[in-house]
Amino acid sequence: MVADKSLAVSLGSLDFRNPVVPASGTFGFGTEMSSVYDIDILGGISLKGTTLEPRYGNDCPRIAECPDGMLNSVGLQNPGIDALVEKKAPALRRVFGGVIIANVSGFSVAEYRECCRRVAACDDIDLIEVNVSCPNVHGGGMAFGTSPKSAAEVTAAVKEVAGSKPVFVKLSPNVTDIVAVARACEDAGADGLTLINTILGMRIDLKTRKPVLANRYGGFSGRAVLPIALRMVNQVSHACSIPVMGCGGVASASDVIEMMMAGATVVQVGAENLRNPYACKEIVESLPGTMQSLGIRDIKEIIGTV
Amino acid sequence: MQKVRYTIVSNREVASGTFRLVLEGDCSSFERGGQFADIALDGFFLRRPIAATSWGDGRLEMYYKVVGEGTEALSKMAPGACLDVLAGLGNGFDASACKRSALVVCGGLGASPAFTLVRDLLASGRSVRLILGFNTAADAILLDEYRALGVEPEVVTMDGTLGAKGLVTDVMGEPDCDFFYTCGPKVMMRAVCERMKVNGEASLEERMGCGCGICYGCTCKTTSGPRRVCADGPVFRKEEIIW
Repeated sequence: MVADKSLAVSLGSLDFRNPVVPASGTFGFGTEMSSVYDIDILGGISLKGTTLEPRYGNDCPRIAECPDGMLNSVGLQNPGIDALVEKKAPALRRVFGGVIIANVSGFSVAEYRECCRRVAACDDIDLIEVNVSCPNVHGGGMAFGTSPKSAAEVTAAVKEVAGSKPVFVKLSPNVTDIVAVARACEDAGADGLTLINTILGMRIDLKTRKPVLANRYGGFSGRAVLPIALRMVNQVSHACSIPVMGCGGVASASDVIEMMMAGATVVQVGAENLRNPYACKEIVESLPGTMQSLGIRDIKEIIGTV
Repeated sequence: MQKVRYTIVSNREVASGTFRLVLEGDCSSFERGGQFADIALDGFFLRRPIAATSWGDGRLEMYYKVVGEGTEALSKMAPGACLDVLAGLGNGFDASACKRSALVVCGGLGASPAFTLVRDLLASGRSVRLILGFNTAADAILLDEYRALGVEPEVVTMDGTLGAKGLVTDVMGEPDCDFFYTCGPKVMMRAVCERMKVNGEASLEERMGCGCGICYGCTCKTTSGPRRVCADGPVFRKEEIIW
């Protein structure tokens, strides 16, 4: 594909050929899709959330249908950080020249730090996304992202070992004041922020009178969350000076543009990949036409204009 | 995997709450019996995974049961309507694992994904003993179609309204086969796997997100670690499955 400079964006020193990035947990470790289409057209890929040790995750059912969205309670199933840096990231690098984002999670500040130390030593990873917002694990993930103090502690600990790799903290929408958490992460040295992770929700099976998900609650995502994500990205980008990767309910090129106008520099596509595995490809391909119809000559010019 | 736009040729109730769906379009991504399609439906976020019964000459045939709002909506779609489908998903049954004679045990809608398997086994010179279990006579599907392939199904119903009364395991006896295949309710497949001394395969089912291995929403525990039902399965070897 010929690089279209009007789509290029940058996060600090990292160049993205376009702002479209599949969100963590919705695109595996990238290589799963490389036999389906040429993934080398994507701006970046955020890999499946990884913890220090391998995790099976939660019992099934892990998925539930919702109006204009879905619940998941996968619970950070992953092969562990060593498999990520030794196998998964190098395998993806062989077929992908864009920005590779490791998404790491932990159950203690020390675990976050150790994960990031190992990621920092991996040449195939360009950016670290610190997930303090997974709603599907107990005693980890979201427990760190719902208080400004603990989010800042994780951020500071990770920054000590991240070396030259930019650290983005992925924020939870399940808070009273996301701006307070965002500011705390910025003050603790975060290079940027990703928001939003999923919104905690539930469904009930009317026949069995039990929760649909084996884990009872799960993270709600999909088209229905777009307005919430836009509002939070807008609030945070006005309150902070570090860049934002916007995530939540994005399903089309016009959603990407709306998210960038709200304040995002890079836009992640999540649940839409699950209903249409070709979603990111289709969005990248339709972006120039959508920009043209809106009179946008260079996509950078719209970032944070609202 | 391939994203295909199919046109509905027919969509009719052929047994109690069970519909036979025939689609017209590119079927080239289907290779093995036991693979499935993931169908997008207007008004529903997630696709609905449905096993392929058979395909050929640009026609894909599937059977599905109305079990919720999604399949209810599908059942109301008329011929001529278009469907956005991810085709050729999953691994399917390995017909070559059977060297001489196969036992195929299906329960309910499980008769559908086994159809192409049985056809391929017969076409490659294997003998097939086929046991089909249903709750009641009104649920029975594909009996004539199996007969047309040249195999007489041994039918069992829970209430005795068709064939022998009881469970599939009541009529299994000591099967003379070198490999078995099973598809149907989990409790039935487990009983079949535990009864059989030879190796075999079972087709698992789970609520799915993506249907193509990227979301890890349908993972099951196996002796070779966590596996995705949609992409690593849905067919697994007996010895891999942790019931």
